[in-house]
Amino acid sequence: MPDQPGSNAIDVRSVRKVFGAGEYAVTALDTVSVSIRENEFFTLLGPSGCGKTTLLRLIAGFEYPSEGEILLYGKDIAGLPPHKRPVNTVFQSYALFPHMTVAENIAFGLEMLGRPKDEIKARVAEMLALVRMENLANRRTSQISGGQQQRVALARALAPQPKVLLLDEPLSALDYKLRKGMQIELKRLQHETGITFIFVTHDQEEALTMSDRIAVMTAGKILQVGSPRDIYDRPAERFVADFIGESNFLEAEVVSVENCRATVRLSSGAEISAAVPEGHSPSGRATIVVRPEHARIVPEGDGASLHGTVENVVYLGTDTHFHLRIDDGTLFVVRRQNSPDAAQGLAAGQRAGVAISADAAQLLRR
Amino acid sequence: MARRQRAYDIRRQPGFGLIALFTFFALYLPIAALVAYSFNAADSLSRWDGLSLRWFISAWNNQAVQDASIRSLLLATWAATLATIAATMAALATTRTPNYPGLTFKYAFINQPLMVPEIVTGVALLIVFSRIKVWTGYTGMGYLILAHTAFCIPFAYLPIRARLESMDLTLERAAADLYATPWRAFWRVTLPLLRPAIIAGFMLAFVISLDDVVITEFVKSGGQDTLPTYMLGQLRRETSPEINAIATVFLALSVVLVTVFYFVNRRRP
Repeated sequence: MPDQPGSNAIDVRSVRKVFGAGEYAVTALDTVSVSIRENEFFTLLGPSGCGKTTLLRLIAGFEYPSEGEILLYGKDIAGLPPHKRPVNTVFQSYALFPHMTVAENIAFGLEMLGRPKDEIKARVAEMLALVRMENLANRRTSQISGGQQQRVALARALAPQPKVLLLDEPLSALDYKLRKGMQIELKRLQHETGITFIFVTHDQEEALTMSDRIAVMTAGKILQVGSPRDIYDRPAERFVADFIGESNFLEAEVVSVENCRATVRLSSGAEISAAVPEGHSPSGRATIVVRPEHARIVPEGDGASLHGTVENVVYLGTDTHFHLRIDDGTLFVVRRQNSPDAAQGLAAGQRAGVAISADAAQLLRR
Repeated sequence: MARRQRAYDIRRQPGFGLIALFTFFALYLPIAALVAYSFNAADSLSRWDGLSLRWFISAWNNQAVQDASIRSLLLATWAATLATIAATMAALATTRTPNYPGLTFKYAFINQPLMVPEIVTGVALLIVFSRIKVWTGYTGMGYLILAHTAFCIPFAYLPIRARLESMDLTLERAAADLYATPWRAFWRVTLPLLRPAIIAGFMLAFVISLDDVVITEFVKSGGQDTLPTYMLGQLRRETSPEINAIATVFLALSVVLVTVFYFVNRRRP
């Protein structure tokens, strides 16, 4: 990982943020370190109250860290006020200036930077074209729809060409269809402008579809950083596996560890191979996670790793979920994609086996 | 269900119409009478002698009325301006800093002139200002302006604070995020959005100053009559219907002010 100063857009180093004092002190960020690369679409993902917005506000300068450093291309900016940081924010509420037109809103940052008039004019026109709002330039911001306000907020933040763009749950106020459209739009904007995006969301689907890398946060800590694939296929901790997608958790005994893989024995006695998170050396008892689509229902004994009784068959249109009660008492869900020729097969009460795809099991750190 | 809801309609309560009618007359009948009598041609306040503008003309040509009017308007303009500036700063300070113990005390402190009886303030100012007059030898309008500014501040403060409290703080954050220094963020974002409230605060302060009798009575030096204190003085001597005409002009002025304010406010989102 490139880690020499200056090679990353943002380096957050051992940042702590405590609100309040004494017995009322609340630790919003607990010694967080993360590096965000240049031109990256980086997402901070976590439930509300996990500290993701606090981290964003520390980078924007609306809050100052209690401890630690925040580097922007190698320069510590943690103590600078927001107007001295070359980063811009797209606010959750958009925060468009209601007494200005769309064009005046977009021009605001450039004006404050003291850019020449003709340059501002050209840049505003360019931004309006970028977000496809050319014909609404002279409207008041109260006269345009929510989706259009969103675009103006984006154009306004992008106009001064910030080194990093911060986006604080910008899509949460839009309805489902508009949100889907804006996800693609954001990705396109990031690609066209080449600006580093830091995106905050609690929506895992949003994070998975848009991000180059995701940091999963909870309780003021970053649990795991990785590509959407890494995060989904190789969750390192129970919280990550639980928060993103659906998961089956199995208790197992570690038999042997070799490189980044462990052989574990399940409660059924079957031994399978599981991936081990980086830097972790498991022993004794461990928890294994298997995604529902990474397992298949098979006849009992036919290479099955687990055995149990079908409790429920849930038809979901594109998929069918089989809820199995494994013989050790845990519930295990298998997802199967429906196809016209797929056999209807199982019904509740029947016995069945579960085959876990090679490479699908992941051992958790905790 | 519909019938039940109608039963809770306050307009259907017994006696509602009667009370409303009574209130309406109690509020506006005297004013209507005043306006009517200001157009009275008679020398007496109570006898009706046909329509005439003579008391308006007479008041207009009365040097003392002219002086008092100009003094009142100047005083109200100065006091309202200073009070609005002070109130704006106070409102910014009390809404744009994080909550801290003692803030409630500060609110009470700013609104103090609303609680303390005017007569107390009047006497207090009389004592203090008479000392200062002796020391400095200055006896001008400054004392009245200062006194009026002081009791106008809470009136200007209330609408401005209310507006600031309902104003989204992220707008100022957004300005800072877009490279505006705190000073420029204030002039370009906070102040324009605050303008209706500032105008409201100014108008309220202006009317309160224009209307004041008690404190003015205690603070004014000889020959510093404002319109209200002049009118009061007139009542004590002979009762000229001129004061009816002056009061009517006053009324018209305040109606115009309120109307203008209404339209100024409505224009903005």
